[in-house]
Amino acid sequence: MSETLAMEQTLGAQHPAREFWRYRELLYFFAWRDVKVRYRQAVFGAAWAVIQPLFSMIMFAFLFGRLAHMPSNGIPYPLFCYCALVPWTYFSGVLNQASNGLTGNASLITKVYFPRILLPAGTALAGLLDFSIASLLLVGMMFYYHTHVSWSLLLAPLAVLLMVVVAMGVSMFLAALNVRYRDIKHILPFMVQLWMFATPIIYSATMIPRRFRPLLALNPCWGMVDGFRACLLPDQPINFHLMGASILVAIAVFVGGIYYFQAMEKSFADII
Amino acid sequence: MSSAIRVENLSKKYQIGRANRTLREHLTSLMTLKSFRNKSREDTTLWALRDVSLSIQQGETVGIVGRNGAGKSTLLKILSKITYPTSGKVKVDGRVASLLEVGTGFHEELTGRENIYLNGSILGMSKKQVQRQFDTIVEYSGVERFIDTPIKRYSSGMRLRLGFAVAAHLDPDILIVDEVLSVGDAVFQRKCLDTIEGLRAKARTILFVSHNLTAVENLCDRSIWIDRGKVSMDGKSPAVIREYMGHVRDSQMVLSTALDGVENRAGNGRIQFTRVEFLSPDGVLQKVIRSGDAVVFRLHYCAHEPIAFPCFGFRMYTEYQTMVTEVGTSHHGIYISSVAPGEGYVDLEIECLNLMAAKYHLSLWLTDMPGTLVYDNVERAVTLEVEGANLFRSGKAMDGRQGIVFFPQKWNLAGMNGHGQYTPSTLTNSKEVPTHAASEAGQTST
Repeated sequence: MSETLAMEQTLGAQHPAREFWRYRELLYFFAWRDVKVRYRQAVFGAAWAVIQPLFSMIMFAFLFGRLAHMPSNGIPYPLFCYCALVPWTYFSGVLNQASNGLTGNASLITKVYFPRILLPAGTALAGLLDFSIASLLLVGMMFYYHTHVSWSLLLAPLAVLLMVVVAMGVSMFLAALNVRYRDIKHILPFMVQLWMFATPIIYSATMIPRRFRPLLALNPCWGMVDGFRACLLPDQPINFHLMGASILVAIAVFVGGIYYFQAMEKSFADII
Repeated sequence: MSSAIRVENLSKKYQIGRANRTLREHLTSLMTLKSFRNKSREDTTLWALRDVSLSIQQGETVGIVGRNGAGKSTLLKILSKITYPTSGKVKVDGRVASLLEVGTGFHEELTGRENIYLNGSILGMSKKQVQRQFDTIVEYSGVERFIDTPIKRYSSGMRLRLGFAVAAHLDPDILIVDEVLSVGDAVFQRKCLDTIEGLRAKARTILFVSHNLTAVENLCDRSIWIDRGKVSMDGKSPAVIREYMGHVRDSQMVLSTALDGVENRAGNGRIQFTRVEFLSPDGVLQKVIRSGDAVVFRLHYCAHEPIAFPCFGFRMYTEYQTMVTEVGTSHHGIYISSVAPGEGYVDLEIECLNLMAAKYHLSLWLTDMPGTLVYDNVERAVTLEVEGANLFRSGKAMDGRQGIVFFPQKWNLAGMNGHGQYTPSTLTNSKEVPTHAASEAGQTST
């Protein structure tokens, strides 16, 4: 296979989509590596995938459900909460891993060529395994609470896709930023905590005063979380306009993330 | 022949100093309008490469030499698409595999088997390719027994062998190798060189960076010397390497050693050595002395009074105090009836310096004929560093590991029963380097 690569100062490298396709196997290997390493080291292995959202849910269910009697749109609070926690756990997990993904692989980046975007993409792919396991528990809970599902269940794959898009979009920005400003990875846990409270996970969006709701639309995670609820749980009061806006924001972040990442990619090896 | 690599006016600039500001600092500087650029840009700019232009044809094996920090690795990184030029054009035609480090991407927790797949994929092999060659790779690495153990249990040598085993089974159009030979034991280095020679036989383009100048000279017909970001010389390997070596050895120690104020000096001093120089047979002061060179040892002296029947000579020692040889005018039966006061010199002409590459010390002596009266005796006054050379034109590295001396020699296989053809490989004819397959069919000279 012959390729002619002409690099000038203004041009980037090859066409990114073609390069990505050429290295698609490496994407699988990065995800495989992350999964293998994590599961090999952990004593409980797959159980960790469930423990985190499960324990959060139990804690929130007790604090907010039992004690504070948080309204949950006619759904048992634990289910209401957990349904949002599953995509959120994926999102925050991917964020935490990917923000460090470039700097953590500094030796690779300075020694070998491959499209760097494969690193955050690999993290996003690897996270799906834990997500699947946590989802099993979600399905179990839905059975337990005799949830009535409707045709919207068929849209569940789209909700998953949205979740991946949101997670990847934000993590591409963060990964690229972290190479330049190393304190991003220190700011991140704090940021993620705040973000979680800014997203209607443990509370319903209906609790937000009407005039502030449009602001929620700027949060791409809102569309993600409410999208899950809309698909899986019956009779949710979803404001589809706002959710649509949130989805658009998510797509914009994703596309913007790709562009930003590609633009910064040239300098990674120099400043990492 | 089309050019595989073409570089035009390539320049690469780096900013030294703190490239990674923290976000906090950046934000506060914006808010307080404080300028971080107190230092002038000049101080913090480093031009790793400046206006480099070169062209490498398909099938060439080119060595790249230069001191540390000259810009060699930067050039390789740009050719490997790891970093990008500040200005200039780069054109690379063909699939590139870069070996800038062996075992790139190895993860400690994964087993050898898993790491082979991971490393192979990182280097650009498809999963099927790795699968197909898996057994050969494992056999090549020699870690068969431990292939399913996590590599955190491996010794550094095993890791190196495993990493190189994967890399050796790449089949790129263009191979870029950077300093991979500097680590590893002799067996490993031998394997590296053999693999590279194998690729050379297949007419692949190879760029080889190494400080092992003998290896560079053996493998590469053409060499490029990069100095401080610029191409200093580009041509046939022996000439470029000699120039480069001479440049490195800028001290006067080897060419000529002055002997005033030397300690360890005995003798009555009526005639003394003043200086030792190493010259070519034409009388040119040499910058570099290599094994097999024709050298003239010029021993300068100063006589303070007329001396009768002096004898000049020296003993040569290795670094480990083994005496290599003793030479003297008396050994040749040379009777110098007298020497007038004043300065002069005697020359020892050596046709072929049969010493291996190493550091040697000379202890000079000046006595009278019977050897009882010592005029001057300077212990270990002069150091001679002999550099390696492609002694037998065999493509094999010869240096101090093969001993202290070598003899003018030739092998004759006439007495062997039914031996096949053997191919003496020469520097100029890279196509005749035998591969494994060829060596099975016939005998090769080792």
